Amino acid sequence: MPSHVTVMVNGLAVSVPSGATVAVAMVMAGQACRTSVTGEPRGPLCGMGVCFECRVAINGVPHCRSCQIVCETGMDVRTDG
Amino acid sequence: MSDASFDVVIVGAGIVGAACADEFARRGMSVAVVDREFVGGGATAAGMGHIVVMDDSEAQFALTKYSQQLWQALRRELPSDIEYEQCGTIWVAADEEEMSEVRRKHDYYSARGVPTEVLDAQSLKRIEPNLREGMAGGLLVSEDAVLYPPCAARFLMERAEKRGAELRLGAAVVQIGQGCVALSDGSEVRGGIIVNAAGADADALTPGIGIKKRKGHLVITDRYPGFLRHQLVELGYLKSAHAVTSDSVAFNVQPRQTGQILIGSSRQYGAEHKEVDYALLTRMLQRAREYMPGLGPISAVRTWTGFRAATPDKLPLLGPWPPDPSIFLATGHEGLGITSSLGTARILADQITGSKAEISIEPYLPSRAAKEHAHA
Repeated sequence: MPSHVTVMVNGLAVSVPSGATVAVAMVMAGQACRTSVTGEPRGPLCGMGVCFECRVAINGVPHCRSCQIVCETGMDVRTDG
Repeated sequence: MSDASFDVVIVGAGIVGAACADEFARRGMSVAVVDREFVGGGATAAGMGHIVVMDDSEAQFALTKYSQQLWQALRRELPSDIEYEQCGTIWVAADEEEMSEVRRKHDYYSARGVPTEVLDAQSLKRIEPNLREGMAGGLLVSEDAVLYPPCAARFLMERAEKRGAELRLGAAVVQIGQGCVALSDGSEVRGGIIVNAAGADADALTPGIGIKKRKGHLVITDRYPGFLRHQLVELGYLKSAHAVTSDSVAFNVQPRQTGQILIGSSRQYGAEHKEVDYALLTRMLQRAREYMPGLGPISAVRTWTGFRAATPDKLPLLGPWPPDPSIFLATGHEGLGITSSLGTARILADQITGSKAEISIEPYLPSRAAKEHAHA
């Protein structure tokens, strides 16, 4: 198992330790996960799949909880839907 | 409000009660509205908010068409939180048999001045690409709309209050009749006329009117903007909505302005508890996925139930109740209460003031239920 994997966050490559969640990649990329209805940037809060604040689109599937999904090489993570 | 007396006391602050209060106050009556909970609760909070012209019968068509025109006339005054959107309805035909129903509906609506468009399979696929392959077509009724009912009820009630109506919340109505509404806190509100707009609970206050509770389930999803653009209803809905004995489900989905998707629908008699029936909910969602497979992985955020006020002949009860003419009924709208609320208010106000209504009111008069009550 490689020590790191690389995912794409809004088109930019982010390398994270193997086994890290997508939420980790978002923090390392320094990006908010989504924008709230009132226009606020949102990111991981509970870290355990309850608060739904860390949703991102992964490989075209919207509303994935980034704290519950482990990074895989080549994943396409988007914060705009 | 103890010992207070009004021209009209309305029982129920759902959208029908709110619309009546607004219309009665506009015509100069003194009005009080009582509700055990809050404005826009009950079936108003539980319903989809589909403003739809229906054609089960001439009388149903007349009331829904009349009411839809009143909503259209009001739309510029509606605050944005009501989310009024003229998205249109598409009645989806799964096969050629249902396409013949599309053409029948098209002829029916066209003959009565309602714009509709027959969609073939390709046109339907183009404007609603998330429907499954192989649909036969559909009928687009472009003037149908959607709105958010609790805010619509609040808007109507606030306008009624500006026109002088009084609102009293928090005490349940325990008895009505002979010009008096008795509340659970021991007080009374008196009125020359009492309007029973208590929806599915109306029967408890005025026994014998023949209202039955017809339970429904709804699901709201997370935000998926653009997943669908029109309210989509299967034509098989008519078969399910007409089934009077068994539980039924139908594909009936609605796009919200937020990008959320409202998924229905179910119909159940004899289910008195509010709890979600997961077996029926599963059937309902399975039906939705048969029509829109892409709904499968979509994330739902809430599920709830509500009770429609159903009558044996599928028409509401609007007017005086013969055994006690101080009581007027405004209930029995089944799944069309949001649509029909504005027309209901006009028709009742016309009856109370002795004005001629703009549509024939005979089919809705409660005397038809009173006859059955007397023969029972």
